[in-house]
Amino acid sequence: MSTESPQPAETAEPADPAEAVDDTIGDASLLTTTYADTDFSTDTRVQTMSTAIDGYVVKLRSGDLGALPAIFGLVVLIVLFYGLRPETFLSKFNIANLLVQALPVTILAMGLVFVLLLGEIDLSAGVASGACAAVMAKLLVDANQNWIVAVLAAAVTGLVIGLLIGVLVAIVRIPSFVVTLALFLGLQGIALKLIGEGGTVPVHDKVVYALANKYMPVWLGWTLAVICVLGYAALQLLRWQRQNARGLSRRPLALVLIQVALVAVALLGGAYVLNLNRARTPLAPFFGGVPWGVPLVAVLLIACTFALGRTSYGRHLYAIGGNAEAARRAGINVTGLRVSVFMVCSLLAAISGIVAASRLNSVTPDAGAGNTLLYAVGAAVIGGTSLFGGKGKARDAILGGLVIAIIDNGLGLLGAKAYANYLITGGFLLLAASIDALARRRRSATGR
Amino acid sequence: MSENGTPTLELVGINKSFGAVHVLHDVDLAVYPGQVTALVGDNGAGKSTLIKCVAGIHPVDSGRIIFEGHDVSIGSPKDAADLGIEVVYQDLALADNLDVAQNMFLGRERKRGIVLDEASMEQSAREVLARLSVRTVKSVRQPVASLSGGQRQTVAIAKAVLWESKVVILDEPTAALGVAQTRQVLDLVRRLAETGHGVVLISHNMNDVFEVADRITALYLGRVAADVKRADVTHSQVVELITTGRSGDLGLAPSTAAESI
Repeated sequence: MSTESPQPAETAEPADPAEAVDDTIGDASLLTTTYADTDFSTDTRVQTMSTAIDGYVVKLRSGDLGALPAIFGLVVLIVLFYGLRPETFLSKFNIANLLVQALPVTILAMGLVFVLLLGEIDLSAGVASGACAAVMAKLLVDANQNWIVAVLAAAVTGLVIGLLIGVLVAIVRIPSFVVTLALFLGLQGIALKLIGEGGTVPVHDKVVYALANKYMPVWLGWTLAVICVLGYAALQLLRWQRQNARGLSRRPLALVLIQVALVAVALLGGAYVLNLNRARTPLAPFFGGVPWGVPLVAVLLIACTFALGRTSYGRHLYAIGGNAEAARRAGINVTGLRVSVFMVCSLLAAISGIVAASRLNSVTPDAGAGNTLLYAVGAAVIGGTSLFGGKGKARDAILGGLVIAIIDNGLGLLGAKAYANYLITGGFLLLAASIDALARRRRSATGR
Repeated sequence: MSENGTPTLELVGINKSFGAVHVLHDVDLAVYPGQVTALVGDNGAGKSTLIKCVAGIHPVDSGRIIFEGHDVSIGSPKDAADLGIEVVYQDLALADNLDVAQNMFLGRERKRGIVLDEASMEQSAREVLARLSVRTVKSVRQPVASLSGGQRQTVAIAKAVLWESKVVILDEPTAALGVAQTRQVLDLVRRLAETGHGVVLISHNMNDVFEVADRITALYLGRVAADVKRADVTHSQVVELITTGRSGDLGLAPSTAAESI
């Protein structure tokens, strides 16, 4: 509550000293209409760059960190590993490898964002990805099915697993922690039964294999990157223009432009690096391009961002995460939506399992077991999704997935022992969860 | 606003039992457009039960509910909302992580196709707040978590008004508020009536009741002890009605009052 905070909600900077005085009066100033920022002044006032930056600083200090920890982590890790392994870490070979490495964990994390938004957890998402991949592999290899059939079957398997978890959590009312812990064991049993002890099912289907092992033609990579940049810029600018025309609350244009520029640099820069010739010898034919899995993640990112941010489905998920009782009274079907998030999560887990199978060219009984799930939860939380529900975005999975992949990749380059790998990744997850918990405490203290 | 027009909402002879416990005995209540009707009574007098009957949470055992001259039956919260009856509960039904506009449209978002129509919702939210002369909210894009208790109550009330509601029922809206914030909310309650809504105010606080109410209905152990104009009674009379069911020649007959115990 702002009444308890030393400086009540000053998201908009007072324009003159008189108003600043008013702000410190706190409660009493609410009494009269002379209160500093009233009458939607922040909505109607045109924000300048400096008030926007001040507002952002206030937001950060009140515990709403957004993507900052993830970006900070990315920069620190890149500098660190570049310092330790200057010749390999930022090489064009390793960057392509790194992105492919990040694909499965990113997709899995994106599914977990939906579950975490409601304050639930899905501990079985990792092994669900393995079980779905096993279903696909068995159909491809033993039943000799078309890849479309096999992939669809894996997706349906994911949806069924999600439906089961959802019904047990939302209708039977067992805590999701317990349900998914049980499935964590049960699904490993199913994968083991399908594949057989010590077995490995190779995945040789061209389409599935291509996801993580083949690269787009250079022209296509560039075209898609440019289309994404232009589309993003058009979307942001059109929205700003519409908000401006109708006098709605909006950010300063310069900030929008900076954001568009950053996205453009990231996308086009990525396309440039990936489209360099990675052939080992000068005489070998051209080898390079964007891995096919990257546009898959891009499509998933756009779809999830749209669903969470622009549809009533997403709005209702945030509402349930924030206050389930309020959502119920507002006529939202809380039970149905709770079931749905587990289905979305398991569906994305299935896709993640397929990509992982493509990367390893095979499916083993322990696919998705071990630290897969912790990596994905870590990725979501590092990206900025709260474990307490109500806060998170699809892009968190991308940022966090990159952080996790960089740790994994960098430690591999350093030749770190397995025990160190576990310790460091576990430590990072704890660190991210601590930041989340502390930021949340800060948020409730300052009323945000 | 008519002083003695037809009531928007009228309850006649409402009875309600929970098992062997007879909670409401032949309760009558009338809510007039443009007026604030205060519903007062001690704990256990049946205020909440009565409101829950109107809101569609409990079905009534017998009695008529007349809305704008027609007999209606209210079987679910949705029926009540469809008629134009909105209840603002004591424990505010707001999601902290959403902003003011998002909360006001929660569950009834405006859409173009499947896309949320943010612009139109933001404008409407601001219009409603402006119409109620709410001046303390800085931005409708501010998260509700950053609002004070009074501002939250304001948003919850404005949310009820957004839906062309005709009757707004407020359950102890000032119970948890400080002096300044109570002031804000009472002003808002008055403006709700001025904009033509029929308002029911449930309150324990006599100061609040005497400040904003036009009529006072006192419940005593599940019966209506008195339904009077505010101008016709004094503070202490109402307190007596609440605690003993009668005051002078007002209230329940001594036998009825005693029997209820």
